[in-house]
Amino acid sequence: MSAIFPKWTNRLPLLMLAGLILIGTGVTAGVWYYFTPKYARVGYQPVQPVAFSHAIHVDQLGMDCRYCHSAVEKSWFSNLPASGTCMNCHSQVLKDDPRLALVRQSAATGKPIPWVQIHRTPDYVYFNHSVHVNRGISCVHCHGQINVMDEVYHAKPLSMAFCLECHRDPAAFIRPPDKVTDLTWQWSADPRQNAELQRANGQKFVHDWKVESLQHCSACHR
Amino acid sequence: MAADATVLSGSLSAPSVPKELERAPLVRNHRPIGWISDRICAINEGPTPAWWWVAFVISVGMMSTCFGMIAYQISTGVGVWGNCHPVMWGWPIINFVWWIGIGHAGTLISAILFLLRQKWRTAVNRAAEAMTIFAVMCAGIYPVIHVGRVWFAWWLFPIPNANGIWPQFRSPLMWDVFAVSTYFTVSLLFWYMGLIPDLAVLRDRAKTKIKQFAYGLFSLGWTGSNRHWSNYEKAYLILAGLSTPLVLSVHSIVSLDFAVSQLPGWHTTIFPPYFVAGAIFSGFGMVLTLLIPIRKICGLEDIITIRHVDLMCKVTLATGSIVGYAYGMEVFIAWYSGSPYEQFAFYNRAFGPYWWGYWTMIGCNVVIPQLFWFRKIRENLLVVFVISILVNVGMWFERFEIVVTSLHRDFLPSNWAVYKPTLIDVMTYLGTFGLFFTFFLLFMRFLPVIAISEVKGVTPQADPHHPLGGARHGGHHG
Repeated sequence: MSAIFPKWTNRLPLLMLAGLILIGTGVTAGVWYYFTPKYARVGYQPVQPVAFSHAIHVDQLGMDCRYCHSAVEKSWFSNLPASGTCMNCHSQVLKDDPRLALVRQSAATGKPIPWVQIHRTPDYVYFNHSVHVNRGISCVHCHGQINVMDEVYHAKPLSMAFCLECHRDPAAFIRPPDKVTDLTWQWSADPRQNAELQRANGQKFVHDWKVESLQHCSACHR
Repeated sequence: MAADATVLSGSLSAPSVPKELERAPLVRNHRPIGWISDRICAINEGPTPAWWWVAFVISVGMMSTCFGMIAYQISTGVGVWGNCHPVMWGWPIINFVWWIGIGHAGTLISAILFLLRQKWRTAVNRAAEAMTIFAVMCAGIYPVIHVGRVWFAWWLFPIPNANGIWPQFRSPLMWDVFAVSTYFTVSLLFWYMGLIPDLAVLRDRAKTKIKQFAYGLFSLGWTGSNRHWSNYEKAYLILAGLSTPLVLSVHSIVSLDFAVSQLPGWHTTIFPPYFVAGAIFSGFGMVLTLLIPIRKICGLEDIITIRHVDLMCKVTLATGSIVGYAYGMEVFIAWYSGSPYEQFAFYNRAFGPYWWGYWTMIGCNVVIPQLFWFRKIRENLLVVFVISILVNVGMWFERFEIVVTSLHRDFLPSNWAVYKPTLIDVMTYLGTFGLFFTFFLLFMRFLPVIAISEVKGVTPQADPHHPLGGARHGGHHG
């Protein structure tokens, strides 16, 4: 025996166990942090062909989301505006600004501006904007505070767990329908009171509007 | 008083066993303990025989085919198989059940027969346990590739994930995951633990540094001290206790994959015991198929004797008869239930498009094993070998009949279709034999095929009260 293995190898099992625990913890922590949409998707901010600022248009000028994303209440798809929508104002405001050259060109030729899509649901997920918006789910829940973003970025993970968080308890998120596009709206400035009002009113809305807590697979995977 | 004295004097010497009740010794020809070590270790220590290389090259070739087929299936999709509506469970599930069933004999021999103090198990348990492990490996491939997107196979395990959902714990397929993974883990541990004293034997006999290192590493510093043996025996008993319920639970749960569904031909309460009996039946078939050539090739006729084969044939006969009873009971209940769907399922099995499978199954599983009632048959190794192969042919057809016939003609005649496997199905199945035999050949070459220390324990010499036994020379018995 002693001829085959030196004495220190007696400690080997203990060292291996310690190493295994360390590596195991490291791998678990690493996967937990880096391999979920919370890391992989949040923060995605591509450079857009036109430096459109939501902060200026919504926060400073007070435009409603639905002025541009006009189909959001009627369609599963929340449309991007045609360049003509931009030209409603920009034919007079900043009408010769070089930053808007692409918009003018698009409006003239009818060739759309190649915006880079940020929020993308996989093709195996059915998501309907109108049904959410019309039942008091605000834009801010999935898209974050777009109203203060100069350049839009992916603010929420939009993972399945993220969807289920609301689907399992809609009362915690649902708000009056007229406040859906008011991204800074709260029940109350006091967080505790806000939570209480949300709970009480949320449960009332869920009951009155017959909101279902859909959790079966084919609610989304049709 | 005189009568009492006769009784007293009679009880002093053990009554001699009548000739016809005498049992054949477990190790023939009064082989000494040293001979047992030498003979078993010789398989690992001698030069690699030519037949081994031939068998190994063929097996590795088949195994590569298996991996090639799996790679093709993963890169292309499950459409490469014959699985198609309405038979969505084709060969992959048939083969899964078939392989996992084979494993059960190893566990029965190593655990249940140990607890029942069946000494004859010592000659066959090592190889049977190895068979179990390799069969479970072959079986495990199928459900994993059958999920279609293997990169999501980890969803089978309850690991917290970004989807915020757990697996469906009410599904028997989920129970299967736990049953099979537990089975594999416990079988591997049990097998390895039993190997430790024998690995130490090989280490102590090893001539080269590499062998000393390798066997030394895996024998975990075994010295054969009293304390080692005491711990070993305790651990062995605990693992035997843990494995015993697994013999019954694993295939019961596999049967629930079928029985929990509402399909005629599957939805029966007899399934768990019927599957367990079938599993042990097929497993003993496989043990016989493997050990009859091994004892010949490796010169182990004195350790794996005719008596061992005879006993295994009897287990095969018993379990085969249970399976036959289950087939009969299925048909009876189908008639007795009065359900036209149930009746049709069994009529269709026996006389539908897959009638040949049903009658092959009946022939191989019920009729042919009845030959084992005859001692002459049980002692004719060639016949036993052929029957042992037929047992597994029959058991494969049993799973084929269960999976395919219940699915291909269900409640709605417009759904009916005839299932055919593709070449990929066949090649993958043949390939798993390559995987099995590659591992088995490596096991034969590098590990002791028979539990050396356990066989020594059942020789007469191991009994201190036997005329040949005990420490007679230099020991404290003087």
